[in-house]
Amino acid sequence: MTYIAKPKFHHPGLKKNELGYTHRDYEGKISTLCAGCGHDSITASIIEACYELSIEPHRVAKISGIGCSSKTPDYFLGNSHGFNSVHGRMPSVLTGANLANRDLIYLGVSGDGDSASIGFGQFAHSIRRGVNMTYIVENNGVYGLTKGQFSATADRGSKSKKGVTNTDNAIDLVAIALQLGATFVARSFSGDKTQLVPLIAAAIRHKGASFIDVISPCIAFNNHAGSTKSFDYVREHNDAVNRLDVLVGRDPIAVDYAPGTVQVVEQHDGSKIALRKIDADYDPHDRLGAQTFLARHAAKGQIVTGLLYVDPEAEDLHEHLNTVETPLNTLEADTLCPGSAALDKLNASLR
Amino acid sequence: MSDKKPISSVNDFVVRFANVNGSGSASANEMFARAILRHGVPVSPRNIFPSNIQGLPTWYEVRVTEEGHLGARGGVDMMVAMNPQTWDKDVAGIEPGGYLFYDSTKPMPSTKFRDDITVIGVPLTAITNSTYTDPRQRQLFKNIIYLGALSALLDMDPKLIEQLIGEQYKGKEKLLSSNVHALHLGRDWALQNLKCPLGLRIKKSDKVGDRIFIEGNSAAALGAVYGGATVCAWYPITPSSSVAEAFTAHCKKYRHDPETGKAKYAIVQGEDELASIGIVIGASWNGARAFTATSGPGISLMTEFIGLSYFAEIPAVIMNIQRAGPSTGMPTRTQQCDIIACAYASHGDTKHVLLFPEDPAEAFEFAAAAFDLAERLQTTIFLMLDLDIGMNHRLCRPLKWDDAKQYDRGKVMTAEMLDQGRDFGRYLDVDGDGIPYRTYPGTHPTKGSYFTRGTSRDRYARYSEEGSVYADNMQRLMRKFETAQDLVPRPLQANAERPTKYGVIYFGSTSPAMDEAIGLLEARGHQLDRMRIRAFPFHSSVASFLAEHDFVYVVEQNRDSQLRQLIVNENGIDPVRLVPIVHYDGTPITARFIAKAIGDHQDHLKVTPLRKAVS
Repeated sequence: MTYIAKPKFHHPGLKKNELGYTHRDYEGKISTLCAGCGHDSITASIIEACYELSIEPHRVAKISGIGCSSKTPDYFLGNSHGFNSVHGRMPSVLTGANLANRDLIYLGVSGDGDSASIGFGQFAHSIRRGVNMTYIVENNGVYGLTKGQFSATADRGSKSKKGVTNTDNAIDLVAIALQLGATFVARSFSGDKTQLVPLIAAAIRHKGASFIDVISPCIAFNNHAGSTKSFDYVREHNDAVNRLDVLVGRDPIAVDYAPGTVQVVEQHDGSKIALRKIDADYDPHDRLGAQTFLARHAAKGQIVTGLLYVDPEAEDLHEHLNTVETPLNTLEADTLCPGSAALDKLNASLR
Repeated sequence: MSDKKPISSVNDFVVRFANVNGSGSASANEMFARAILRHGVPVSPRNIFPSNIQGLPTWYEVRVTEEGHLGARGGVDMMVAMNPQTWDKDVAGIEPGGYLFYDSTKPMPSTKFRDDITVIGVPLTAITNSTYTDPRQRQLFKNIIYLGALSALLDMDPKLIEQLIGEQYKGKEKLLSSNVHALHLGRDWALQNLKCPLGLRIKKSDKVGDRIFIEGNSAAALGAVYGGATVCAWYPITPSSSVAEAFTAHCKKYRHDPETGKAKYAIVQGEDELASIGIVIGASWNGARAFTATSGPGISLMTEFIGLSYFAEIPAVIMNIQRAGPSTGMPTRTQQCDIIACAYASHGDTKHVLLFPEDPAEAFEFAAAAFDLAERLQTTIFLMLDLDIGMNHRLCRPLKWDDAKQYDRGKVMTAEMLDQGRDFGRYLDVDGDGIPYRTYPGTHPTKGSYFTRGTSRDRYARYSEEGSVYADNMQRLMRKFETAQDLVPRPLQANAERPTKYGVIYFGSTSPAMDEAIGLLEARGHQLDRMRIRAFPFHSSVASFLAEHDFVYVVEQNRDSQLRQLIVNENGIDPVRLVPIVHYDGTPITARFIAKAIGDHQDHLKVTPLRKAVS
């Protein structure tokens, strides 16, 4: 970590996005995580994705639980409200926030301890409900902040830094998210910004429960030989199903790959995801196929990355609840209170 | 057969129905209570039910009380014994000279009765079976048939019951006429075969007035609608589930856009109480009015979040419909046993605002007020109901609302204020009341954002582990709690006719029993000044009340006299002067109990009742 305060000035020629914001407008406080932490790369990718999408920074609500990953919302989007809530409870806090104001973008940041152990239930139920959010798990297979205990995503047989072998089965959050009905499911690697940035951008544009599991090596406690979440291990075992670009209408990205391996997915809001398929027969609209594909590769010790499943016509919780378009937090007594006449009528019916 | 004179009473007796859970008796029993109200005679009904859906014993007790005593009385003057499982206990519970009403289709051995009561046998099953063939109809109409028989025995006006049936089955003519038919089957049988009326009688009166008959949970839920709650997250738990169910029903009626049909509310049944309170905290953080309803076990689960609400200063409303604890306790029995658990919920130094409504009318008012208080104080507000208020119909004054009232959204800094250059420190006390300004997420592109956290931070919401910064914040939170004292409902005081050194403090559902007990105690010559506490933190008048009396009885429905503990703790009072009067068997406290307990203590103090001293 660095102890030098971040300077506020920036180069006048810094590139601006459609809204006139520079990259710097999407940054936050300086990270206090260990130098080289995978989480900081994810932070950089979130900044990049928001800049690319020309999101107004203050229209994002960043919500997290407790742990190293949950500290990161302080390090991006400094003009957004952030909420570092309770361990494992980010999903419920995010759900409530989303119900209060459907007009903001909700970014849930969590870790493997936060989402696969203490918060496994809340992870599952927020996905089930189809909360419109981007749920990112920064997955390092280890409890970093408490110095290196195994988490529930640590693979069976993997070794801790102290040399202890994990004997418990691992939870694959991607497999669970698919089963629970997430309408956007992806996995990536913190060290692969080319893949991760468009995935985050597409997830933000997706209307519904988007889930991204990002393998993020813990350089302090889980980057040694015997770990299955180290930089070296993930690089060697990564099997990407696709690469994607997000096209939001302006400035179309040149499609520089061979026809026949590109699939364009149009999302609900009109944005397009162009999938450069590496695995020729991979269909990201087939939930069952994705589950099988994932399981088959897991058996071979391969970590599948890319966009595994997307339902472009997804509905979210607000649609299920049929709530008004106006954010609930802006409604006042004139629309919410039935008034004294209605009460008199009710009183009369209770006699 | 009776060697004790049958009880003779007009408009003042207790009828208890012993039924089997799930037999459809509830609606007939409730109709019985409502019918008496229509005679202008107050009633106070209570459900005594098991934590079960079908097959276990359940009772419905109706206290008929021209005097308007709405607390439980104790004792049973007439038992409608419809449950063979509990027969022996039910028969044993009848007051000497009381009445036993039963289904005489099958003969019962004489050992199953008592000599000192009047036994009334009506062949309900025989009447039902000769009229109906469908098993479900037989079960349901049997209840209406006994209602008909009772109407004759108690001299009730059948027209008033027919009117009620008419209102209940409006538009369902077939059901309406078949219910009226069943009513008259029972009534006619009783008139032809029994001596009607009995010594217990209903006589038309005018003591109900404009009062309404409503359950506390429904009233509290309506208070949430009027108070502007838009987000409700809950997890089913007895006796609180009917709050969320009533909120759903009220919202369906009042909160849909007439043009689009869309909902101006969101209700989520959480996966547990942790998620429920998490959703409430998230929604409130984002500027919506949100609440949850739960009971003791749910409070235990929510405590971590309650601490966050206190420390990060996020509004929340929790309705706690208390039941007997600890642990699973007695889920369907009433108590006031979460006072300490709620007042000091969560680890670390915390204090929370509690509101104690006495009946559904106050539950409505306090529920609505809770949202103003939560946003004004930016903390959790507990609405402390209990099963006795929540799940029973209670006669209370009509609900009132002032249309001029606007919601108090508290200290919220807007984009305009930020643009004017106002200094925004999320935890900065600008005017000495301990309450800082907050901003809603998404307010301003460059100003007013902050990072909410449960960790220590400075006045500008920056992370800090400096001892002085932490202490500064904790002291401000104390100032805020002192501010709350003057915002919450004040205690109500009523003095005895003559000056007295003795006082009594009580709260919540104890209220009607206490009012009645005062009459009983006065009759014995004991004079007591009364104070009904309606909120925590305690108003300064509580300390004054304590200072003005040598002994103060604290009447409550828990074992450990929790309110007394709280008073002692918060006021630094000599505990000896606060005498605990506790009732905690899960049944509602009665006037008889209170009067005896206080009377005995007064006798123990060798207080000579004034009347005796004079005579």
